[in-house]
Amino acid sequence: MTEAATRRPDRAQFGVCGFLAVVGVLVIVDAARIRHIANSNDPIGPKPVPIVLGVLLLVVAVLYAVDVARGGTGEAEAGEDVDPTLPVDWKTVLLLVGAFVVNLAVIEPLGWVISGTLLFWGSAFALGSRHHIRNVFIAVALSLTTFYAFAIGLGVNLPAGVLQGIL
Amino acid sequence: MDNLMNLMQGFGDVLTPINLLLALVGVIVGTAVGVLPGIGPAMTVALLLPITYGLEPVQAFIMFAGIFYGGMYGGSTTSILLNTPGESSSVVTAIEGNKMARAGRAAQALATAAIGSFVAGTIGTVLLVLVAPQVVKFAISLGAPDYLAIMLLAFAGATSVLGSSRIRGFAALLLGLVIGLVGIDKVTGQQRLTFGVPQLADGIDVVVVAVGIFAVGEALWVAAHLRRNPGTVIPVGRPWMGKSDWRRSWKPWLRGTAYGFPIGALPAGGAEIPTFLSYATEKKLSKHPEEFGHGAIEGVAGPEAANNASAAGTLVPMLALGLPTNATAAVMLAAFTSYGIQPGPLLFQRESKLVWALIASLFIGNLFLLLLNLPLAPAWAKLLQIPRPYLYAGIIFFASMGAYAVNAQPLDLLLLLVLGLLGFGMRRFGLPVLPLIIGVILGPIAERQARMALQLSNGNASGLIGGPVAYVIYAVILLLIAWPLVAKLRRKIMTKDVVYSGGQ
Repeated sequence: MTEAATRRPDRAQFGVCGFLAVVGVLVIVDAARIRHIANSNDPIGPKPVPIVLGVLLLVVAVLYAVDVARGGTGEAEAGEDVDPTLPVDWKTVLLLVGAFVVNLAVIEPLGWVISGTLLFWGSAFALGSRHHIRNVFIAVALSLTTFYAFAIGLGVNLPAGVLQGIL
Repeated sequence: MDNLMNLMQGFGDVLTPINLLLALVGVIVGTAVGVLPGIGPAMTVALLLPITYGLEPVQAFIMFAGIFYGGMYGGSTTSILLNTPGESSSVVTAIEGNKMARAGRAAQALATAAIGSFVAGTIGTVLLVLVAPQVVKFAISLGAPDYLAIMLLAFAGATSVLGSSRIRGFAALLLGLVIGLVGIDKVTGQQRLTFGVPQLADGIDVVVVAVGIFAVGEALWVAAHLRRNPGTVIPVGRPWMGKSDWRRSWKPWLRGTAYGFPIGALPAGGAEIPTFLSYATEKKLSKHPEEFGHGAIEGVAGPEAANNASAAGTLVPMLALGLPTNATAAVMLAAFTSYGIQPGPLLFQRESKLVWALIASLFIGNLFLLLLNLPLAPAWAKLLQIPRPYLYAGIIFFASMGAYAVNAQPLDLLLLLVLGLLGFGMRRFGLPVLPLIIGVILGPIAERQARMALQLSNGNASGLIGGPVAYVIYAVILLLIAWPLVAKLRRKIMTKDVVYSGGQ
C-alpha cells in the first residue's frame, strides 16, 4: 500500500462521480415524465422506485467524491494476463471497439460468417497478432464452424446474410 | 424420503446415454474454457450459454451442471500452474499451489485440488439435497415484506464484501438496479428508461448484461494492460499423490468443506471468507507450519475444498429462494430466466423435474470431473499457452455470438459494447461487478415485492417492514453495514496518533 500513498491522487475518479450523477439525473427526469398511476392494487405505481434510485445515485456521487477528495482509490482489477503497472493501451481498446462496431453493422446484411470473420480477425489484429494470413484462416474456420454447429445444428439465431443459400 | 425419491427420479432422468454425453461434454468444455487464463467460472458459464440454447431445459441444465463444476476446477488449475490467480476465490489456492508447482510438486497440487474438489463437491451436493427443501418449506411461509428484506440482505451482502470499498460497491449496485428498471413496468405498462426505443421495452436481457460485464468488459480490460510476456507455465505430468500426501490432505478437505458449505449458503457469504478461514486453520493445525509459504499441500487441499463446497452452498439460496450470491450463480439464474423459468421458492414445486435433474447432474458431473481431470491435466496445461491475441479475440467473438443469439437483434450487440465499456470502467476504477449483476437480477423482483407489500397494507409504509422474520433480517443488515464502521472507529481511537502522523 505504500505505493498507493506515493502515487498521485487518481483524479479521473471524479469522472466516475460525474457519471453517477448524470445517470441519477437521467433516471429522475425519466421518472418525472411517467404519469402518476396508482390504485388500490398498486398504491405507489411505477414512479417512486426510479426516483428513490435517482436520489440515491446523486447521494452516492457526492459521497464518492468526498472519498476521492480524501485520497480514496479503488483498486484496479488484477488478473492472469494483466500487468497493472502498464498504462491503459487506448489504441488496442479503440481498435477492439472498432472491430466490434463493424460486426454490429454488418451482421444482418452480410451474415454471421462474414461479420464474425471480420470480428475475430480485427480483434486479433488489435491485440497485436501480425500473422495476417494465418489469422484469416482461423477466423473463417471459427465463423463457419460456429455457424454450422449453432445456427444449423442447434437452431441458434445467427443470420446467414448474403451467403443465404450458399452455406 | 420424498426428497430421496425425487433425487432418484432425477438420476433416472439423467442416466440416459444422450444426457450422460451432454454432462460429459459440459464437464470437458467447462474445464477447457475455465482453464483458459482470464476466464473465471462466471465467464465460463456466460460464454457457454449459447451452446445450450438449442436444447430442452432439462438437457440444458444437465450440461450446466457439468460446466459449473468444470469451470470451477479449471480456474484452480490455472492458479496452480500460473502464478497470478484469476478470481478472488482461488487467490488462496494460488499461494501454496504455485509454490508447490515451482518446487516440482505440480502433480500433487493438482491431484489434491481435484480430489478435494470432488470430495467437497459431493458432500456439498448431499447437503444441498438435505438443506434446500427445508429452506423452501420455510420460504413458502414468508410474505412479501420478508422477501423484500431478503433481497435487501443480498444487496447489503454483495456491497460489503470483505476488504473492498463500500461506496464503490453501492455505486455498482445502483447502476445494476437502474439497468434492471429499463423496460415496461409489469404492473402498469408504463415505459421506464426506454427513450422510445421499441427493442428496450422488454428490458435489457440479463444474459446480455452478464456477457457484457463479465466477458467483454474483462477482455477489454485485459487488452488494455496485456502483459508483454505471459507468465511461465509450469509443465505437469499426470497428477498423483503419495501416501503422505493423502494423509496430509484428507482432514483439510473435510474441514474446508465444513467452512465452505455453510458460508456459501448464506445470502451474504461467498467463497473468499471460507477459503481464507480454511487456509488460516490449516496453517495453525499443520504439523509442518514451516512449509506454509513454501508449498504446503494442506494449503491447497483445504481452500480448494472450501471453494468448491461454497459453490455448492451458493446453490441453496439460488435454487430455494432465487437469490444469487456469487457471480456464477447470478449467471445461472440469468440462464433460468432465459428459459422462461421463474426462480424463487416455488421452483421446487413448479419445476421439480428440472431441479432434481440439475442436482443429480451435479453428482454425475463431479464424478466425471474427477475421472477426466487426473488423466487430462497435461492437456489442460497446454491450453495455458494459447497465444493471448487469439484467446481474447475468441472471448469477444463468442460473447458477440451469444449476445446476438438471445434475441437476434443487432441492438443487443450495441448494448453489449456499452455494457462492456461499463465493465471496463468498473475494473479500471475498482468498482466490483458482482453488486451490479445482482442488482440487475434482483432489482425488479425486489420492487415487485415492495409493491405487493404496500398493496397488502393499502399503501401504508409500515407494510414494508412487518413480520418477525423481516425484523431479524433487518437486524442482520444493520450489523453488516455497521460492523466495519464500528471496527474502523475502534481502530481510529486506538491508533489516533499514528493515523494523524501520516500513516495508512
